[in-house]
Amino acid sequence: MRQHREVRGLHPTVILWVAVGLVGFAVLPWYGTDSNFFTLSWLLDGYPLDGDVAPALFLALQGEKPWLAPVGVLLLLPFLLWNRPKTDPFFGRLLIAVGAIGFAYLMLQGFAIGLRGWRFEWLASLFGELGDRQFGMGYGAMLSAGAFLFLFSLGLAGRGVVGGDVFVVSTIAFVITVVALFIFMPILQMLANAMITQEGTYSLSSFAGKIFSDRLWGIGCVTQNIGCGVAWNSLFLAILVGVLTTLLGLVFALVVTRTGFRYGRVLRALTVLPIITPPFVIGLAIILLFGLSGAVTQMFAELFGVQATRWVYGLPGLLIAQLLAFTPIAFLVLIGVVEGISPSMEEAAQTLRASRWQTFRTVSLPLMRPGLANAFLLGFIESMADFGNPLVLGGNFDVLSTEIFFAIVGAQNDQAQAAVLAIVLLAFTLGAFYAQRFWLGQKSYTTVSGKGDSGVHPLLPAGLRYTVFAIAGFWVLFTVFVYATIFYGSFVKLWGVDNSLTLVHYVKSFAIGWTEFGIHWKGAAWSSFWTTITIALVSAPLTAAIGLLTAYLLVRQDFAGKDAFEFGTMLSFAIPGTVIGVSYVIAFNVPPIELTGTGVILVLSFIFRNMPVGVRAGVASMSQIDRSLDESSLTLGANSWQTFRKIVLPLLRPAILAALVYSFVRAMTAISAIIFLVSARYDMSTSYIIGRVENNEYGIAIAYSAVLIAVMLAVIGLMQLAVGSLNIGRRGRDGGDLSQSRTNVGAARPQPAFSGGG
Amino acid sequence: MAEIKSNAASVEFRNVSKFYGKSKVAAVNDVSLNVEAGKLVTLLGPSGCGKTTTLRMIAGLEMASSGKILIGGADVTSLPATDRDVSMVFQSYALFPHMSVMENVQYGLRFSGFPKKEIAERANAGLELVGLTGYGDRLPSQLSGGQQQRVAVARALVLEPQVLLFDEPLSNLDAKLRRRVREEIREIQQKLGLTVVYVTHDQEEALAVSDRIIVMNNAVIAQDGTPRELYDAPASAFVADFIGEANMFDCEVVSVDGDVATVRLGPVTLKLPARGHGPGAARLAARPNRIDIAAAETPGTLPGTIEKATYVGSHLEFVVGTEFGEVFVVSPDVDSGLRPGQPVGLAFPARGPVLIKG
Repeated sequence: MRQHREVRGLHPTVILWVAVGLVGFAVLPWYGTDSNFFTLSWLLDGYPLDGDVAPALFLALQGEKPWLAPVGVLLLLPFLLWNRPKTDPFFGRLLIAVGAIGFAYLMLQGFAIGLRGWRFEWLASLFGELGDRQFGMGYGAMLSAGAFLFLFSLGLAGRGVVGGDVFVVSTIAFVITVVALFIFMPILQMLANAMITQEGTYSLSSFAGKIFSDRLWGIGCVTQNIGCGVAWNSLFLAILVGVLTTLLGLVFALVVTRTGFRYGRVLRALTVLPIITPPFVIGLAIILLFGLSGAVTQMFAELFGVQATRWVYGLPGLLIAQLLAFTPIAFLVLIGVVEGISPSMEEAAQTLRASRWQTFRTVSLPLMRPGLANAFLLGFIESMADFGNPLVLGGNFDVLSTEIFFAIVGAQNDQAQAAVLAIVLLAFTLGAFYAQRFWLGQKSYTTVSGKGDSGVHPLLPAGLRYTVFAIAGFWVLFTVFVYATIFYGSFVKLWGVDNSLTLVHYVKSFAIGWTEFGIHWKGAAWSSFWTTITIALVSAPLTAAIGLLTAYLLVRQDFAGKDAFEFGTMLSFAIPGTVIGVSYVIAFNVPPIELTGTGVILVLSFIFRNMPVGVRAGVASMSQIDRSLDESSLTLGANSWQTFRKIVLPLLRPAILAALVYSFVRAMTAISAIIFLVSARYDMSTSYIIGRVENNEYGIAIAYSAVLIAVMLAVIGLMQLAVGSLNIGRRGRDGGDLSQSRTNVGAARPQPAFSGGG
Repeated sequence: MAEIKSNAASVEFRNVSKFYGKSKVAAVNDVSLNVEAGKLVTLLGPSGCGKTTTLRMIAGLEMASSGKILIGGADVTSLPATDRDVSMVFQSYALFPHMSVMENVQYGLRFSGFPKKEIAERANAGLELVGLTGYGDRLPSQLSGGQQQRVAVARALVLEPQVLLFDEPLSNLDAKLRRRVREEIREIQQKLGLTVVYVTHDQEEALAVSDRIIVMNNAVIAQDGTPRELYDAPASAFVADFIGEANMFDCEVVSVDGDVATVRLGPVTLKLPARGHGPGAARLAARPNRIDIAAAETPGTLPGTIEKATYVGSHLEFVVGTEFGEVFVVSPDVDSGLRPGQPVGLAFPARGPVLIKG
């Protein structure tokens, strides 16, 4: 054994967490109201005695909130471990007990006692009326809860869980806790809410009535001449979009890899578009082109002398917009798949006397099949979850995501109805997610493993090649046209009515003035712009950190329940933003975690919405780093935290940067979740733009969108430069064979953000 | 200048098993072994036999499912790799690509609480020991395969571990270099008196470097002994065939007198060490180079006919058809002029065949 220091006093990690817990209990304000969460003004507001800002210790000493006193007692218990080593069974048992009881007690008292005393009647009848109440938890409660959690993990590690590794156990416990608190708890509360009737009682029959209502499942469009149910609309649109984006994506992938096309890099640049474009911007451009006063519509009307119509609102417009928005995603997936097919497979087929066409049909295409299914499911999920385009383009074609929004925001403010709709939407996307993981997961046709093989992909047969060129060419032109429209539209005074060019939209939104105090941000958009930047800047590092930590656990550690852990952390990919938004509104409106109207709720929603991006980036690049590097570091005496810091993190630098930038950009473009969560003080760019669209101020909306696109293009460009220069050789030159295994499911390469947040 | 010493300690496994997954497949099944301090012991076996798992359990990279692991007499069964005084040289070398050679060698020292000056001295001594003085500032990617290997050895050595582990250290080197590096490893091991556990699937490499070889097969130890014991007296058909080549014969033990068994092999009667066998049917293993080719009809030989004769430079290889099937014989006499079709007699010298199990 390596030399160990003598055990004297307390284990240093125990000291750390007990100290953190005690600071939370005795120094910082226990409750979090707006004033003592973001500012330090609580120091002047009667601290430490005033009830609103007092630490728990002072509350308990003054006889207020007596239920907080046990927390302090529990925090002192670890001192019983004086002079005991970590291997002592009592060490582990006591810490497990203290941590579990403390954390559970904190949660229970938080849920049991709310703004109006007891939150459940049976508690009141059990303990008698409580003449007291409490607010949402603040820094004090947060630190105490954290202390309990990590003492619990330390205890588990002491008992030898996961090889007794404190860092790993703590990280697992932390990730599970935050995912449970900020993904599963809100979803569960939303499910519970779906059963609440107008009178505030729980009822299964009212739930059943809502979930099977004609509004959702009516088939009027088949039997009569009225619209179909919302669920059918969503499903139909999603399937169409899934199929078409897959086909278009395949066309692009084939152009880049199988036609000898020389400007593939230009096409690859297309994949950046959905990342930098707020989702509804495409919808706006479609309106400019094909709307009632749209350029194309007007031109047609004049040419053929027909009446201009609103034909584009509804299914046709939605379809076009979503195809434009999501085709690059399918392209991104399929290019990995098509490139991943080992050329030697196709060369083998050719040496066996198959013609080019036969090779393509009998070898290449079947090998792509899992990738095609993958691309279809992604398109399906994205379309289901898309909120921005249906909002601006939907017309009378209602889909689930917008229906949810109107249930909450509209005059009815029916949370139960929104919850029911969200459940249906969630069922669709989770179904697709489940299919993707458990059906496709087993069907990876790994074509070659071990040594990478050289070879050239054969070209497509001539007929197919020209078809593919034609389709791709048309679509690229169309995409360019749409983006040009956005840019041009931002300078047009009033589209379709007064087509003169002007800078007025930019001036209105982004004017800058000078006063004696310095710069004055005069434009109307600045406030939401800076809020967005701030929130995105705060959430990006947190998202990247939690994503990479999770990836580290998934790739590098083995522990019981890892599969469930992975499923849980990747689940939020399949949860549409609208569902997250609704569930956050329902769950975090009241104590113990009261966040509505704060910036924190926005940051949290971004972290947990975008966490899978960080996880994916981390998993992809961590799989490239040979595991023996970690093991080597461990046998050289570094512990797992030191190994993570000195070996894994430095090698992950490009992945970290990518995760940072993508979570930043996604936070900038997201709309679906945050439209429920913004407040007057924390308004975001996207919701501000949607607001302008609703007021028919298209000029400002488009100008603002163009600015956002430009900003994000710059951010992505800078990142590309930085990553390029950071790309140090990951492995020794003769150790590279592991990373060269080629599969035809392109899951292993870093797949950056899917669309802007749908 | 600091000097690399050794803190060699013994390694002991007491009934150690390792199971994987829910199906409880045994990777290592109830293995007990003992590696004395200062010795180089090789774990040899075909892939999937459990040798690497055994090595990783010594390192603490895998935890034993049951049983006890002792290093230097102390129970380390539940200690993770970080806390064991064991260093390992990986098959891929696992040099940290973002650190220079010097930083790689210093890496472990920095976590061992040495003062800065000593870290530098020890690292230099380590590089000197492997003959790479002056390469400290290079990145691993700027070294050749053999040099990378030596950096990996230096990085492990400077910690003066109780046990040094090698996981197929030569498999990424070309054949010529392999021979030189294995000699260097053996030299350093003997010079410093290190305890080394060495995993390989190459029997020649194992025979060349080891004080002792532990042959593993199907998650258990097949045989444990010195290279000579394994080659001259394999305990089973598996060991006989895995180390070198062997011809197997079905034979009959006629009688056993003390340590000596009288064995009948067709027309031939042999007196061999009994090795625990009683009278009855048995098997016999004979190395191709421990069978002599005599003239046909010589008394006490097994009659046969030469089917193939292959000239390979240093010796001749024969396939001889006998009543026991084909027998593979190697003869150093390249000028004998034996041709296919010629009848011969196969003679078994005293130290030739051995009785084996199964």
